[in-house]
Amino acid sequence: MSKIVHDFTTDIPFWKPYVTPLDLAEASADQLEALKVTPSNNKVSDYVLVLAHDVETLKHRSPLFNAVMYNRDGLSRAERELGAVGASIVNRCIYCAAVHASRHNQLTKDEDVIAAIFADGVDAEIAPRLKAILNFAVKLSKCPSEADADDMAALVSAGLGKDEILDLILSTSLFGWANRLMHTLGEPIAE
Amino acid sequence: MSANEDVINVIVGIEPGSALADVIAGRADIMTLTQQTHDGALMPENPGGLSHAERAALALRIAKINDHKAFEEHFEAMLEKAGSPDGAVHMADIWFDGGSDPRANALIRHVDLVAHAPKDATRRDIELLQEAGIADADIVRLSELVAFVSYQIRVAVGLALMKGLA
Repeated sequence: MSKIVHDFTTDIPFWKPYVTPLDLAEASADQLEALKVTPSNNKVSDYVLVLAHDVETLKHRSPLFNAVMYNRDGLSRAERELGAVGASIVNRCIYCAAVHASRHNQLTKDEDVIAAIFADGVDAEIAPRLKAILNFAVKLSKCPSEADADDMAALVSAGLGKDEILDLILSTSLFGWANRLMHTLGEPIAE
Repeated sequence: MSANEDVINVIVGIEPGSALADVIAGRADIMTLTQQTHDGALMPENPGGLSHAERAALALRIAKINDHKAFEEHFEAMLEKAGSPDGAVHMADIWFDGGSDPRANALIRHVDLVAHAPKDATRRDIELLQEAGIADADIVRLSELVAFVSYQIRVAVGLALMKGLA
């Protein structure tokens, strides 16, 4: 029997949409283009098929997502994932939190940081640099944002360069976007 | 703001040649894609069941919920450009809940929820949109609008804080 997941986990659930995903057989040329569907690549997730209903944002969203999370230089990939996790905690997107927490763990080969964050949130006992990153991500994700000049100064004190701070702003904000799709348009189901 | 101006650039007031402009130049691809998504979410060629005026009005609501004056002014100008039809202008009023119009009521309720407290959203919230006669494709369009504007406002808030750094 399928079971909806309500608690933060690093076990990636299955995502079940509340709306009907696009039927590939009925996709327009623009939708196929945005989905990058080719005869050899016709496996598209339900999530992306849901977003394909709005092709004029999806076609920019996919490259934007990849650029924010994987562009060269700047903030490390693991720390970008931490920005994603901070946003996902505020917005309680269990699915996004699971995907990006497990990616963080794979990249750092460590599970303690995420375990501490899932247990204690911004009070987690983690390295000062990670704490400054998490705190900023959580505050920027509130509505309205609660991030202030002191939180920004804390990032500088923790040793982040301006290029790294920009990447943190982008990855955190990106998950303010992704969480508002993933968490509201479907639910996480334990496999 | 002219059609080709980058919204975040103008709202944050990024001076060409400044230290912040230099840092942002390293992520120029992302800033361009952000502007393109803004145009796709607010002024799509195929707006489906959400007119340009309604999108501007709902975005204006989101800016108000985020307490961001410059974005309020930006979306207000877009609403004017879309002709300020009465129905859409009403939707931008934060004290208006849609009144007796089930469609406006459902749209406003959902925008307010997802902008302010997405953590509280459940399956029932999507069912309420469907029960108000809103098609699944328009539910996705609406969700992208709220989600994208929430992203764009946060990027601008973050950059404004960076501007304060020496």
